[in-house]
Amino acid sequence: MGAKGRKPRLAVWKFASCDGCQLTLLDCEDELLAIAGAVDIAYFPEATRGKIEGHYDISLVEGSITTSHDAARIHEVRRRSTTLVTIGACATTGGIQALRNFADVKEYTSVVYARPDYISTLADSTPIADHVAVDFELRGCPISKYQLMETISAFLAGRRPVTPPHSVCMECKIKGNVCVMVAHGTPCLGPVTHAGCHAVCPSYNRGCYGCYGPMETPNPTSLTHRMKALGMGQKEVQRVYRTFNADAPVFRKESERHDP
Amino acid sequence: MSLWMTRLSQPPGKRHTMVEKVTVTVDALQALLDQLKGRGYRVIGPTVRDQTIVYDEIDSLAELPRGWTDEQEGGHYRLVRREDDALFGFAVGPHSWKKFLHAPIVELWKVVRNGEDVSIVAESPPDQRFAFIGVRACELHAIAIQDRVLLGGQYPDSHYRARREGAFFVAINCGEAGGTCFCQSMNTGPAVESGYDISLTEIVTESGRSFVTEAGSEAGLQVLAALPRRPAMDEEIAQAKAVISRTAAAMGRQMRSDDLRELLERNLDHPRWDDVAKRCLTCGNCTMVCPTCFCTSVEDSSDLAGETASRSRRWDSCFTMDFSYIHGGSVRASARSRYRQWMTHKLAFWVDQFGTSGCVGCGRCITWCPVGIDITEEVRAIRDSGSTEG
Ligand code: SF4
Ligand code: SF4
Ligand code: SF4
Repeated sequence: MGAKGRKPRLAVWKFASCDGCQLTLLDCEDELLAIAGAVDIAYFPEATRGKIEGHYDISLVEGSITTSHDAARIHEVRRRSTTLVTIGACATTGGIQALRNFADVKEYTSVVYARPDYISTLADSTPIADHVAVDFELRGCPISKYQLMETISAFLAGRRPVTPPHSVCMECKIKGNVCVMVAHGTPCLGPVTHAGCHAVCPSYNRGCYGCYGPMETPNPTSLTHRMKALGMGQKEVQRVYRTFNADAPVFRKESERHDP
Repeated sequence: MSLWMTRLSQPPGKRHTMVEKVTVTVDALQALLDQLKGRGYRVIGPTVRDQTIVYDEIDSLAELPRGWTDEQEGGHYRLVRREDDALFGFAVGPHSWKKFLHAPIVELWKVVRNGEDVSIVAESPPDQRFAFIGVRACELHAIAIQDRVLLGGQYPDSHYRARREGAFFVAINCGEAGGTCFCQSMNTGPAVESGYDISLTEIVTESGRSFVTEAGSEAGLQVLAALPRRPAMDEEIAQAKAVISRTAAAMGRQMRSDDLRELLERNLDHPRWDDVAKRCLTCGNCTMVCPTCFCTSVEDSSDLAGETASRSRRWDSCFTMDFSYIHGGSVRASARSRYRQWMTHKLAFWVDQFGTSGCVGCGRCITWCPVGIDITEEVRAIRDSGSTEG
């Protein structure tokens, strides 16, 4: 919390990411004024100019670490922040770009770039918590606007944010949805996925894609067994675990069990 | 005395011996819906949505799942066309009446800052009474169980009471047992015995589908008196009886239930708990769909400006880590301990706590478990290889 008489200073930092999570903050149209009223948005390149200076009470960090420059920069951010909150799949598990962790990045760059020698990148895409201490994580690709509001409000009030780590199924049922897996035979990652999205995909009759990453005590082996019974092959199983949170350890392990 | 107290004090099956049975037509059923609407009820009944039969607000008989049935197995539900045009030719679906009576999310109160002062605003009770159409025997038993849990003790739940009191129940004797039903084993069905205002049994007569109907309360008598009806003929009453025996003989599942408390207590370290833990996703679906599971969690929120804060409660589950979190961590960290907690509470220790089993044999936890874990099968496995002495 900021000292009495001044608003807490908030910064938003970007690492390797698509900006989608930062845009979630801008998407809080109705609440943006309230946010600006409650905190001093001191650094937010996506929205304002601002210079990096001094100390920040709360830092929202988007993106993963993919270059040695960023690996150094995150320590600088940590030093300047009282509370560091990582936002989104990239920052919390390495993101979709962590697919490189399953391949040879040199080979990729030689195929994609005319002058691969200009490319300076690390072999892996890693979550922020692999580099510095993280105070709180917000999952999702992108994060949920409600969870973001909740986290900032909780930070301001000095209470713990309510972002339960149980399954998406809990939210799905609380909403009164019909289970797409049981009633339609549609494979769904909801049972192994962290809640927070209000079961948005099952609410539109689609299976959950797991964009919030693993729930508190995931059992992908059992779920996979079921999805195979519903007709999924080895390759499809690998595909569903290798998306936004491919390098989250439990998802990684399950996808590696399914090399085609 | 309020309605629920009257109901709770009725010995099951004793009350209606003198009640006149009447026969009503399908048209009269529409009149029933209209009557209830006219009396200010919010009418909720079964209807087809997302390829299942859910409970939702209905206006007309046309919204009932007429001519539909369901195919149910562990982790499997499919809506299927019937060969006839039965109105209630299906079993229970993904929803239970708990959704309305013990709502998934309830705001309890909020507090608003006015300068240096604060004022507390309590949740206003719902101003509508529910009328439920097509309530099954197992479901009436489930509601009686929730009554005992939520209203029976020293601290009745006012939120539940506000929804429960004055609710009107149109029960249906099941004409079709679902693939995962086992009410017969739990002595909770398929015949409705008490706790309803009007009961229906669907039969086929020369003039088409009809309902042998009884009133089960003063309110039910009044509503019934306003419907077109005639005294039920002996053949019709016999036919209605036959419907129930046919259903009772066609249960999708069975589970010996007279010794469950002792059986499970003797087998708290049975290897089957490890086996089920390998399959269990700890997703909580079974508890969400169970019509007797009542646990909630209380959550606080506050706004950015620090002007209002509110407290609400939502359904929780013994399958989450937070549920048993105390200083130092979760008491039940393993899937094994969580599944065992759920099943032994439901089938065994519920008896000590509330005087009955916590399971009414509706089969929802079997059907809606994404991986098809079957409570009757788990009990059977323990019974077949378990310890026989304590
Ligand atoms: S649709 Fe998916 S998230 Fe919803 S209950 Fe079924 S398995 Fe869980
Ligand atoms: S435990 Fe399962 S079968 Fe028993 S009442 Fe609950 S959902 Fe129905
Ligand atoms: S028994 Fe089935 S529904 Fe219940 S928590 Fe385990 S996997 Fe989920």
